[in-house]
Amino acid sequence: MSSAEAATPEVEEETAETAIDLRAEYESSGVKEVLEELDRDLIGLAPVKKRIRETAALLLVERARKRLGLAHQTPTLHMSFTGNPGTGKTTVAMKMADLLHRLGYVRKGHLVTVTRDDLVGQYIGHTAPKTKEILKKAMGGVLFIDEAYYLYRPENERDYGQEAIEILLQVMENQRDDLVVILAGYADRMDRFFESNPGFRSRIAHHIDFPDYSDDELLHIAEHMLDEQNYSLTPAAEAALKDYIEARRRQPHFANARSIRNALDRARLRQANRLFENAEGPLDAAALSAIDETDIRASRVFTGGLNGAKGGEEGGSA
Amino acid sequence: MRITQGAFSFLPDLTDEQITRQVQYCIDNGWAVNLEFTDDPHPRNTYWDMWGHPMFDVADAAGVLYELNECRKVYGDSHYIRLSAFDASHGWESVKLSFIVNRPKAEEAGFWLQRSEGQGRNIRYTTHPYATRKPEGERYT
Ligand SMILES: Nc1ncnc2c1ncn2[C@@H]1O[C@H](COP(=O)(O)OP(=O)(O)O)[C@@H](O)[C@H]1O
Ligand SMILES: [Mg+2]
Repeated sequence: MSSAEAATPEVEEETAETAIDLRAEYESSGVKEVLEELDRDLIGLAPVKKRIRETAALLLVERARKRLGLAHQTPTLHMSFTGNPGTGKTTVAMKMADLLHRLGYVRKGHLVTVTRDDLVGQYIGHTAPKTKEILKKAMGGVLFIDEAYYLYRPENERDYGQEAIEILLQVMENQRDDLVVILAGYADRMDRFFESNPGFRSRIAHHIDFPDYSDDELLHIAEHMLDEQNYSLTPAAEAALKDYIEARRRQPHFANARSIRNALDRARLRQANRLFENAEGPLDAAALSAIDETDIRASRVFTGGLNGAKGGEEGGSA
Repeated sequence: MRITQGAFSFLPDLTDEQITRQVQYCIDNGWAVNLEFTDDPHPRNTYWDMWGHPMFDVADAAGVLYELNECRKVYGDSHYIRLSAFDASHGWESVKLSFIVNRPKAEEAGFWLQRSEGQGRNIRYTTHPYATRKPEGERYT
């Protein structure tokens, strides 16, 4: 009797956990930090943020179930991110890699970004080594395949893309602990890609759609970008940028936040030129930081725009 | 006769899990991991063939294991495969770790010891792997 009593505490020490505090896990794993960062760094994107929060919750619970010895499956983590250029897919993928790393679903958490050309070769026997090279590099992290549908070229039945697809599918299925794949691209093309490649569709558990930004959101994003670089808009420049956004959206090669980033790069260039040409005497920090109306309004977007303009660099492409 | 070459060779063959941990140690040290194969088990054979390129930019050992398994598919039954880790940092520029990760499935026949008697009862010794009496590619099939 007494000996049994004495043994009890030891047994308790030896047994596995019996309860897990999800709140505490949420904080100690660093998931909270990543999600807060996501909220802070990315303007808008409410539906995307919601989906990521849900995914994080699922993974936290799954991890807790595993630790308590409940039936659990290694969740399928491959995803597709669909949306127009510049809607934040690559940026979110980086955060996702970080999140999966902190939750212990990938061991390293790096992101390897590729397109068709990195995976598919030019001649017979070239594709498999190329694809495998990339897969090896991405293992322990996340492989992000931009415009994934270019892998599939039905018009050419000898296309080497098919070989890359087969290798990818095999690794996505058999090495789910080693690698997470995110396919990205335009929503409609991705839909068609999945229709003709059911192998991919069935291996992807999470589809996240990235909506276009509203004019307001783009302005917000612009201010956020400038703020990070210690620049600011004068009130007149802000009004000019609003007009810019409205006009830019209707012109070719519009790429949401990326168009904004490019426009701001140009505005900074013009500001520097303006200061250099016109400044008399020393400039203070405020002068060096202020983007003025003229720095925005000088854009080609206001003068006939990018229609027919070769290169269209102002907008940037996909 | 079980060939012993490189590190860990007097231990039982490493499991894939143990190999993975050794590889991750190499990667974390910044060493480039290489895979080589041969069917000439002589200890002075320096002409092992390379499988692919040295792996400089693989972050996780799973990438190396993936390649090892590809190599095993082709040579696993009939060849030795070894893994070596090269430290390219200045002053070292040499292999830091090397060990066998695959043995041929057929029996390892071992070595024939040849004694040549010379002047004054001198004896010179030479070893020949029995395997190399057959041409390359047919030795362990
Ligand atoms: N919601 C956002 N808030 C702030 N910056 C953003 C946002 N979405 C995108 N960006 C910025 O826009 C640029 C393009 O984003 P990116 O993730 O490359 O888009 P995609 O991969 O969808 O083409 C990047 O510089 C990124 O930092
Ligand atoms: Mg992108």
